[in-house]
Amino acid sequence: MLEIKNLCVQLEEEDKKILRGVNLSLEAGKVHAIMGPNGSGKSTLSYVLSGKGGYEVTEGSAHLEGNDILEMEPEERAAAGLFLAFQYPVEIPGVGNMTFLRTAVNSQRKLRGEPEMSAGEFLKVVRAKAKDLKIDADMLKRPVNVGFSGGEKKRNEILQMAMLEPKMCILDETDSGLDVDAMKLVAQGVNALRDGKRTFLVITHYQRLLDHIKPDVVHIMAAGRIIKSGGPELALEVENNGYADLLEETA
Amino acid sequence: MVASSPKLISDRALHDAELISNSGAWAKNARQSASARAQEQGLPQRRDEYWKYTRPDLFVQKNVALIPQARPEISIFADQMKTEIEFKNAKLAADDLPEIDNCKIESLSNACALDLHWVQDIYGKLELAGQNPVKRSLAALNTAMATEGLLVHAKGQVSSPIRIHSVSIGSIDAVIHHVVKVEAGASVTLIETGQYGARSNVVIEVEVADTGSFHHIRIQDGQESHMLTHIFASIGADAKFKSFTLTADCKMTRNECILELVGDNSSVTVAGACLGDSNFHHDDTVFITHDAVNCESRQVFKKVLRNGAVGVFQGKILVKAGAQKTDGYQISQSLLLDEDSQFLAKPELEIYADDVACSHGSTSGAIDEEALFYLRSRGVPEPKAVDLLTLSFIAQAIGEIEDPDLAQAILSYLTDILEAR
Ligand SMILES: Nc1ncnc2c1ncn2[C@@H]1O[C@H](COP(=O)(O)OP(=O)(O)OP(=O)(O)O)[C@@H](O)[C@H]1O
Ligand SMILES: [Mg+2]
Repeated sequence: MLEIKNLCVQLEEEDKKILRGVNLSLEAGKVHAIMGPNGSGKSTLSYVLSGKGGYEVTEGSAHLEGNDILEMEPEERAAAGLFLAFQYPVEIPGVGNMTFLRTAVNSQRKLRGEPEMSAGEFLKVVRAKAKDLKIDADMLKRPVNVGFSGGEKKRNEILQMAMLEPKMCILDETDSGLDVDAMKLVAQGVNALRDGKRTFLVITHYQRLLDHIKPDVVHIMAAGRIIKSGGPELALEVENNGYADLLEETA
Repeated sequence: MVASSPKLISDRALHDAELISNSGAWAKNARQSASARAQEQGLPQRRDEYWKYTRPDLFVQKNVALIPQARPEISIFADQMKTEIEFKNAKLAADDLPEIDNCKIESLSNACALDLHWVQDIYGKLELAGQNPVKRSLAALNTAMATEGLLVHAKGQVSSPIRIHSVSIGSIDAVIHHVVKVEAGASVTLIETGQYGARSNVVIEVEVADTGSFHHIRIQDGQESHMLTHIFASIGADAKFKSFTLTADCKMTRNECILELVGDNSSVTVAGACLGDSNFHHDDTVFITHDAVNCESRQVFKKVLRNGAVGVFQGKILVKAGAQKTDGYQISQSLLLDEDSQFLAKPELEIYADDVACSHGSTSGAIDEEALFYLRSRGVPEPKAVDLLTLSFIAQAIGEIEDPDLAQAILSYLTDILEAR
């Protein structure tokens, strides 16, 4: 689904290397998790994949279903099926959540040459999905993320994911700021989207989320590289021992 | 008398003004004294501090090429219940004005033919009061020479808005003067859409009695038009005044709003949103005087500018001695979509009372890159994402409109304009 080869990234403005040759191969239908110390480059990887400005790819490639996504505009990557649930979702005052969602859904459909979703159909679908995530009508009406609690913002990200039905979902610390119940809701939301084809890259610091969303592969990222990959047991190891041993091992 | 007025207005408008001013006694008096005051003040000059950011030339030159305009084929307030009055080429389109409950609507031209009329206590009087501390000679000229206008006397709750829609074809120079009198406990909403002329000079005088309430919404969207407007209002106790103007794609607009809070516990709002593109100059000049206790005033202006468009804001709050518990709020912000556009702001506070809360802020900024990326990452193409952020930026000003249906209508109109450009 997503092939990342030797991805090297530095900041555009200053000569600071952040990713130093990331290799990842995410097969369709699998759940991969990335863990790693603060500042190791996890969010940067998710931003570069989704097309945020300010980063320069100096080497390497990223292909989504064989298409070079690094050449595409962010909206084209989204239409091609890539989705990023932000670590820090952005507030947009004055634009209703519903308007935003509908604009997003129909923009993607348009870019893909598909017919737009009618207002009625959209309303029906969004209400049902919001209900599953315990997002009430008021939250749908309010401006995007404005005045939402941390947990509400994260649930709103998952709602967007559910509406957009992407092929490749990247979740950047979607578990942070969630209470235990919200974590279950979000995990249910994610699991409901697992259909054997859809692929997930879950960035997290904690084993807890991975109890609910069972990963097939766990990667450890440090200083801009994947230093170790393994099964779910790797996450447990991190939970119990931290990164010190792993970092030494690979140093 | 008016014939010797400065070279402001086209011969045709001058001719029309002559016709009217040769009539009833009250009008003759009001016009003569306004004419004298305009003469004495002289026309605004580029060196005047008060015209620092906006060149008055286009409003005062006689031989300005006035280009006939086509209105964008987008309609607004189509679904609203309203009383419609049409102006065509700066004249009333029909002789008969609508009759509605709790409100009497007359034409200025008819009232001018009478020797006595209630409007004599307001016409030119509020404009005169607003001549201090700066001279607004183009408003005085308007009083002297206005050819038409509506006189709206609200005596109770007027259930649906009165909408003035104007259409003009050709190089019409319009001088229009409306007067609104809102009695105690009465309320009325006035909507202005379209353009009176290719160039218009519009004055609205509003007297809001104690416990009265006045709402005003104005859409300025004539593509090549030049528009100078003045609102002069006097607001009694426990009363309300709210005015909102949307300006899109006019060439040159200057909207002055001069409000005086003369009764306690009242609130006034002047808000505006503008979308400016290329050859666009838009000026909001506001002067609010607090001369009573426990009043609130709000100024909320948002300008989105691109391709070299210019936005101006000059706003002042004057709190007189004794106007305790004044709550004054003023914000003027611009969103500059490129580096060619500019926003010039001069916010001022002058306070002579000690127990007041006044805040003001003025900012100029570019599009928020984080928000832009967020939208694009969801599949929204960049131009559409910029439009959404434009609406987001303007939302606060639209939020000042009290009637949710009217606010919604303006929002969808804005959306249509953005989509069309
Ligand atoms: N736009 C930027 N400007 C300056 N430094 C940046 C920028 N983006 C990333 N960095 C730096 O790059 C490094 C990696 O940051 P990144 O956010 O990718 O880390 P992370 O692994 O997601 O950390 P965390 O677990 O704390 O979320 C950090 O040192 C960060 O300060
Ligand atoms: Mg991060």
